[in-house]
Amino acid sequence: MAKTIDEINEKIKAGRAVVFTAEEIIDITREKGIKRTAQEVDVVTTGTFGIMCSSGAYFNVGHAKPRIKLGGGRAYLNDVPAYTGLAAADLFLGANALPDDDPRNRVHPGEFNYGGGHVIEDLVAGRDVRLVATAYGTDCYPRKHLETLINIQDMNEAVLFNVRNAYQNYNVAVNLSDKTIYTYMGVLKPKMGNINYSSAGQLSPLFNDPYYKTIGIGTRIFLGGGTGYVAWQGTQHNPGVPRTEKGVPKSGAGTLAVIGDLKQMSPRWLVGASVLGYGCSLTVGVGVPIPILNEEILQYTTVTDADIYAQVIDYADAYPQRKPDIVAEVTYAELKSGRVKIKGKDVPTASRSSYPKAVEIATILKEWIRAGKFLLTASVAPLPGAESGMAFKSLQERPIENEQEV
Amino acid sequence: MAVSKRIVLRFPKRMVDRPIIYRLVKDYDLEFNILKASITPEQEGVMVLELKGNQAEYDKGIEFLLKAGVKIQSLGQDVTRNEERCTHCGACVTICPSGAFRLDPKTRLIIFDNEKCIACGLCIPACPPHAMEVHF
Repeated sequence: MAKTIDEINEKIKAGRAVVFTAEEIIDITREKGIKRTAQEVDVVTTGTFGIMCSSGAYFNVGHAKPRIKLGGGRAYLNDVPAYTGLAAADLFLGANALPDDDPRNRVHPGEFNYGGGHVIEDLVAGRDVRLVATAYGTDCYPRKHLETLINIQDMNEAVLFNVRNAYQNYNVAVNLSDKTIYTYMGVLKPKMGNINYSSAGQLSPLFNDPYYKTIGIGTRIFLGGGTGYVAWQGTQHNPGVPRTEKGVPKSGAGTLAVIGDLKQMSPRWLVGASVLGYGCSLTVGVGVPIPILNEEILQYTTVTDADIYAQVIDYADAYPQRKPDIVAEVTYAELKSGRVKIKGKDVPTASRSSYPKAVEIATILKEWIRAGKFLLTASVAPLPGAESGMAFKSLQERPIENEQEV
Repeated sequence: MAVSKRIVLRFPKRMVDRPIIYRLVKDYDLEFNILKASITPEQEGVMVLELKGNQAEYDKGIEFLLKAGVKIQSLGQDVTRNEERCTHCGACVTICPSGAFRLDPKTRLIIFDNEKCIACGLCIPACPPHAMEVHF
């Protein structure tokens, strides 16, 4: 018997909703069967906690007296530059932003101790940050310089807005060269000395709804310890990649753009990250509830690590040179065992994404729903699926001289 | 009884040009393995050693070091994990050359065994949330 989101919400309000995590649902369904479980269970919760680089936040810092027009000027939060291409008091800060005087990779590998992700963590933690800005001055906004401490509570708006999070599957990284490399997938030892992966696998949101049947624009989610919403498909959303029989994409596919009020989030679930030799970023906690509307939707949530394949890519050559070569295909069950055999070599694995924290997120979301504190939303529009024809394009460079002749 | 311990030795400036370790081998028959050393003339030196030998001789050797003015600290105290910051991602597991980090297969939490730590410091910058701290 099919359910509706409204019916599920009635049960949540009455404190009667039956909720399990995407990990727990695997054994429950195995025991009780699809039919009975689909009748009994209302919601399955997912979670992921990993470094998600395309994250950021926008702020309205309020108007100074006399007024200053930050738009078109320069602004820094704890020395990290924020984007000022918006109006007088709005700023956008990306997780990868670095102070102008950060040495970056001048001495390789750079440490990247403090950047945009760390500013976001400091703000969420309630710490004061230094706002320093210069402007060109206008008749209505005469001020040219501003230096002040500011706290997230003083701001009109502080909104986390991540343009690409929660990747549905991701590359697994190795290094086939003969020297250590420092990548966004971590430190990779020479001659395939280690193999790094970054997905919560069977708990990851989009693996549990591979065809985006319930997750869409407007879906209410756990975001950074508070609540947020799916705003749009994430950048690089690429639903048309090859899939297994069960619909699981075999390489990076769907992504989510998410949004939420930063003021109600927590530094426990938004952690500034320093990626050696690569840059600064933000570790983000995302959890998405999946309403069990019918047996098909339940079936998708029973995906296990053994069902999920990922491509092993050489980050010394194939990745930077954008070559299509794949070293091997492995399952998340193999990766999580701690060692995988590739080309006859026994390679130790390491995760970039925290599985225990993903479990915690799915569990918190489950408790919120059980306690009647978190209602589900129906999406207002679906995410583009494979049928949309949407595909991930690479940059085709064109010489600028030719363009001028046209 | 044989013992094997990992210790941190701190040499004051004036001692850096004296053959201290040589005496440990020669006079106390101790076996040593240098895990890390930073000795520069005219500056304080730090050496991380694994020291093996007979318990009685080991104790005498340590007494000799202390008398000579070397400060001694057990290694485990020097590298710690800030539990508040650790996200248990696992980035450290394959970075560590001595296997001090391991994954609990059941909880999937990362266990840090500082008995195995050789204080090389490789995990310090490789930890994305900067949870590993060294206190040399």
